[in-house]
Amino acid sequence: MSQVAEQQPTAADAESYDGLRLRNVTKSFAAFTAVDDLDLDVPSGSFIALLGPSGCGKTTTLRMVAGLETPTAGSITLAGQDITYAKPYQRPVNTVFQSYALFPHLDIYENVAFGLRRRKSNEVDASVRDMLELVELTSQARKKPAQLSGGQQQRVALARALINKPEVLLLDEPLGALDLKLRRSMQLEIKRIQTEVGLTFVHVTHDQEEAMTMADTVAVMNAGVIEQMGAPADLYENPQSTFVANFLGQSNLIEGTIRSRAADVVTVDMHGVQVSVPTERCHADSDKGWVGIRPEKVLIGAPGEELDAPGNTIPGGVVTDVSFVGVSTQYLVRMPWGQELAIFQQNTGRHRLFAPGEEVELSWRPEYAFLLDFSQDASAGSQKVDAE
Amino acid sequence: MTTATTTNRKVNYKQGSAAGRWIRHHLVLILGLLVLVYTFVPIFVVVLMSFNDPTSRLIYRFDGFTLHNWLNPCEAEGMCGALSTSVQIGLLATLGSTILGTLIAFALVRHDFVGRSSMNLLIFLPMASPEIVMGSSLLALFVAAGRGGQLGFWTILIAHIMFCISFVVVTVRARLAGLDDNLEQAAMDLYATPQQTFWRVTFPLVFPGILGAALLSFSLSFDDFIITNLNAGNTTTFPMFVWGVAQRGVPMQVNVVGTVMFLVSVLIVVGGEVNSRRRSAKLV
Repeated sequence: MSQVAEQQPTAADAESYDGLRLRNVTKSFAAFTAVDDLDLDVPSGSFIALLGPSGCGKTTTLRMVAGLETPTAGSITLAGQDITYAKPYQRPVNTVFQSYALFPHLDIYENVAFGLRRRKSNEVDASVRDMLELVELTSQARKKPAQLSGGQQQRVALARALINKPEVLLLDEPLGALDLKLRRSMQLEIKRIQTEVGLTFVHVTHDQEEAMTMADTVAVMNAGVIEQMGAPADLYENPQSTFVANFLGQSNLIEGTIRSRAADVVTVDMHGVQVSVPTERCHADSDKGWVGIRPEKVLIGAPGEELDAPGNTIPGGVVTDVSFVGVSTQYLVRMPWGQELAIFQQNTGRHRLFAPGEEVELSWRPEYAFLLDFSQDASAGSQKVDAE
Repeated sequence: MTTATTTNRKVNYKQGSAAGRWIRHHLVLILGLLVLVYTFVPIFVVVLMSFNDPTSRLIYRFDGFTLHNWLNPCEAEGMCGALSTSVQIGLLATLGSTILGTLIAFALVRHDFVGRSSMNLLIFLPMASPEIVMGSSLLALFVAAGRGGQLGFWTILIAHIMFCISFVVVTVRARLAGLDDNLEQAAMDLYATPQQTFWRVTFPLVFPGILGAALLSFSLSFDDFIITNLNAGNTTTFPMFVWGVAQRGVPMQVNVVGTVMFLVSVLIVVGGEVNSRRRSAKLV
């Protein structure tokens, strides 16, 4: 499924690659396969997010990189070295745990110094002071973890891992326990620190907004495999599977039959309406497919109204639900073929609001549409875990 | 202060019920004090009697103040020997049962082995079965093993380690089960070898449980009469000594030992409390 899987690396390749590389990694627990033949390349210095619903195998993948789980099959290399079976304390990888896992019997200073002391570093004191300064906790150095707030504990956990300057820093849903406002500021904080220290970060999360805000590359995982990987904007604008289309944001998926395939556009018959989809956004091989369009890309107007889109107008819609949410208005429109489509309209003031029961026409620019394989479940990934 | 003013104000329109109201307001306090008195009167008597200058061995009554008992504790014949036996057995039983019990607790919490769940259940049995049953079956075992003539220090020690183990396992297991697995994983992730992880993280966090188990073991061992009496042969422990002399009139030195034991426990409790308060005060 992932693009990297298609390149077959040679042995020499693996040795020269300076990032983190997973090849054919599988992890089974009795009858359950948590991670299924996974390939992943994380270039050195990048910030990658593994995004997926709970149980998709993202945390298991992270734990295998940390050495806390042993893969059933496959190999993990880091900077050219095979670390598949190395013990956790033998690999240059550190983890920020979801529950922080700060040592309750040690103070903040000793928590942060723990890794350096184990490696008999000579510059423990200077390094710990620098690190506490970086996370702005110098004044709390002699407190016990239980005396700090959740956000401060989170920063201690981050400092405790970062101080070791690991090749790869693993973050296991590190912001899950924080409230929304604190989470937003910590997201930016972690991103700032990553840029500052220039280490490789692998971040596991089920929060799509968090993944897109922080990471330069997002890998969407589902049922033990990477569905799609790329820059946040690419994933959002050009999803390659119904799971990605639904899990990352929201999509309207409309059944269609492919009429013709040209070099640059594919023409699809969508319940009698001809629409075109750019060829590079077409991910369907058979002659049927799901035409996908994001709700905010759909334009809504009264019958006969001129819409700012050169594509075809789809008539016959009836507004069934209107929710006014301030910055935008969200409509549900029932189409002649019975399907309800979601439309988000920005409240720019240029459009009038439609009321339930009104007849409307829809349109969108063809370059925003995408076409997905019909064999995939149109509702896959839409039951997403809410970000608490 | 608050109560007093409230009472005064109400007196104006509802006289006579002031006393009743005072009792109602302080009922919990009064009951609490009564329970404390009930608990501490026997101990107070022991402390008082340790300073007693008795006129007769047969009447247990405070006749006059003296420091004689405190200055000559070993004057009571056989008491110091019995006390020393009890302390030796107590320390050895504590050591043995704490080590074995801690190991069992780790095995039960950390490892999956055949028979773990039955072991979890069986470990409770010694605590639940009557001492007389355990004592007599142990005696039967020693006799059957041909050691009937060698009853004494070592058979008492074996018996004490046996019944203390259950308490150690239960105490340490509770502490260990409450320990977050992630802490050990975090230690390993931060370059600590399994040995370092144990001594730097696991052990310090479980230690309060182990210490508590050790104190409990010592006091159980020091205290025990029934099982000890059945397996003691000619050896006399302190409780057996007290039981023996009780028929002939208890020497006042027994009260000295009782007072010292009480003070030691108070010291341990107060010391622990002060220590933890000072540690948290230093941190704030």
